[in-house]
Amino acid sequence: MLIDQISVFVENKPGRLAGIMEVLRQSGVDLRAITVADTADFGILRIIVNDTDKAIEALKNDGCTAAVTKVIAFRIPDVMGALYNVIEKITAADINIEYMYSVMGKMEGRADIIIRVQDSEKAMAILKENGVMLISGDELCK
Amino acid sequence: MNYYNKNIECAPRSEIEALQSYRLINTVRRVYENVAPYRKKMDETSVRPEDIKSIADLSKLPFTTKQDLRDNYPYGMFAVPSSEVVRIHASSGTTGKQTVVGYTAKDVDIWAECAARALVGVGATKDDFVHVSYGYGLFTGGLGMHYGAEKLGATAIPASAGNSVRQLEMFRDFGSTVICMTPSYAISLIEMMQEKGFKKSDFKLRAGMFGAEPWTEEMRKQIEEGLGLKAYDLYGLSEIMGPSVSCECLCQCGMHICEDHFIPEVIDPDTLEVLPAGQQGELVFTCVTKEALPLIRYRTRDIATLVYDKCECGRTLVRMLKPQGRTDDMLIIRGVNVFPSQIESALLSVDQKATNYLLVVDRVNNLDTLEIQLELRPDMFSDGVGAIEGYTKKVKAAIDSAIGVGINVKLIEPKTLARSSGKAVRVQDNRAIKNKFEKK
Repeated sequence: MLIDQISVFVENKPGRLAGIMEVLRQSGVDLRAITVADTADFGILRIIVNDTDKAIEALKNDGCTAAVTKVIAFRIPDVMGALYNVIEKITAADINIEYMYSVMGKMEGRADIIIRVQDSEKAMAILKENGVMLISGDELCK
Repeated sequence: MNYYNKNIECAPRSEIEALQSYRLINTVRRVYENVAPYRKKMDETSVRPEDIKSIADLSKLPFTTKQDLRDNYPYGMFAVPSSEVVRIHASSGTTGKQTVVGYTAKDVDIWAECAARALVGVGATKDDFVHVSYGYGLFTGGLGMHYGAEKLGATAIPASAGNSVRQLEMFRDFGSTVICMTPSYAISLIEMMQEKGFKKSDFKLRAGMFGAEPWTEEMRKQIEEGLGLKAYDLYGLSEIMGPSVSCECLCQCGMHICEDHFIPEVIDPDTLEVLPAGQQGELVFTCVTKEALPLIRYRTRDIATLVYDKCECGRTLVRMLKPQGRTDDMLIIRGVNVFPSQIESALLSVDQKATNYLLVVDRVNNLDTLEIQLELRPDMFSDGVGAIEGYTKKVKAAIDSAIGVGINVKLIEPKTLARSSGKAVRVQDNRAIKNKFEKK
């Protein structure tokens, strides 16, 4: 499913990531997924939380630069080649995956994957056609 | 001890002053007649050429600033018709406009003599191979020292700047003995030597003339040790002539000014009063032999001290101590003059809203670094790394081409730069702090 992901600009300096985590902790939101894209000079923290609005408000109040982006979440079995099978379908449809990460959690035998693409609707249609299980934010890691 | 022109370089002070007075009187008359902006300036301050009877009257004359050269861009301050001008040089200026300077054949010849004096002052003779690694072109560094080497009868090697490995090969193969370059370039050559396996014993270097940017005693030691030579301080600015307005002698205790051509004064930059000898202030020069561009009381913006004590080398020409900073906001980054306003206009040409920034200048491993810290705005931010990197690349390209020096663009979080109620602090020069520390 198409779910909300929060992207936060992180200046490349010690303690900055910890500072953002502290803001989120105090706001009482629950982290479902987290990944950091980093360059030599800055990073972008990408998170999925149980309450996007609350997290955004807390981050902005703290002076962080944050934006909400729609991403696709789907579930695959934890078997060899499972991710390839899905990616291959998306690629065959000429859809470019901008980035992807997997979600850690207490999950036996399966994995939850997040991808960001240009054309989300088309990508989701392809995933559905191929029997890939799309999941909601609430279902992440559950 | 050798001199290029002992009669002048070791003349008694009274003789130097008599010569300066004679030349000053003639110069003032000439600029009043031939340079409209000077006639206007003098008329406005009610100074007549006949009021100038000796160098004691110098302080009656109005100052000249870089702004005057800009206002009369490109040739409005020239005192001779273009048919007399044989050479143009130019230095970087603010808002894209360069400072243009011109030379007659006699100016070029005098300049060559100044450079020859400087070379002899550091022990060079006509048997030397003078390797010039200042840039050749509009910058005065390369051609200025080149003509000096030829004037002396030494062998000039016009290597120009860049291509470090080739420079080292030339040191070794051509037998370079005297080198002229920026101190930071010398440091980077030392690093290249280590990387490529050159040893100082591969070279015959014995003297280096380093200028065009501030450097420290610590760098001097490092260069002398790394290249196996004696390192001397060289000073100049295109508005007055170019390199060799002054240069250190073998005693390494301040730079002897060619004061038969350039009369120095030190002023208080706020009150504009002339300060007594030995007091630190802004250095001002009056050109008394220049034909094409005889600037009167040109404010260099360099902060320095004049020392009239006798030098052990025997020269009586006044010495200026190493400039200790600037009275304007000009930064010298790896030998290139950079004005913060140039950077700002390049930045705004890419992004009109980018008004919160800080320039951070530092010295890392003895090389100047320049960084612009830009506050990120929510409208610049997107989820992707590519878009933000694309933005910083565009900013970098615009600034690099405007100032001719590589800048590092760093995005920082919004509202992290200090806000001031008055004039925003735009420049943080960490080198100044380090210089202070190193001196102790």
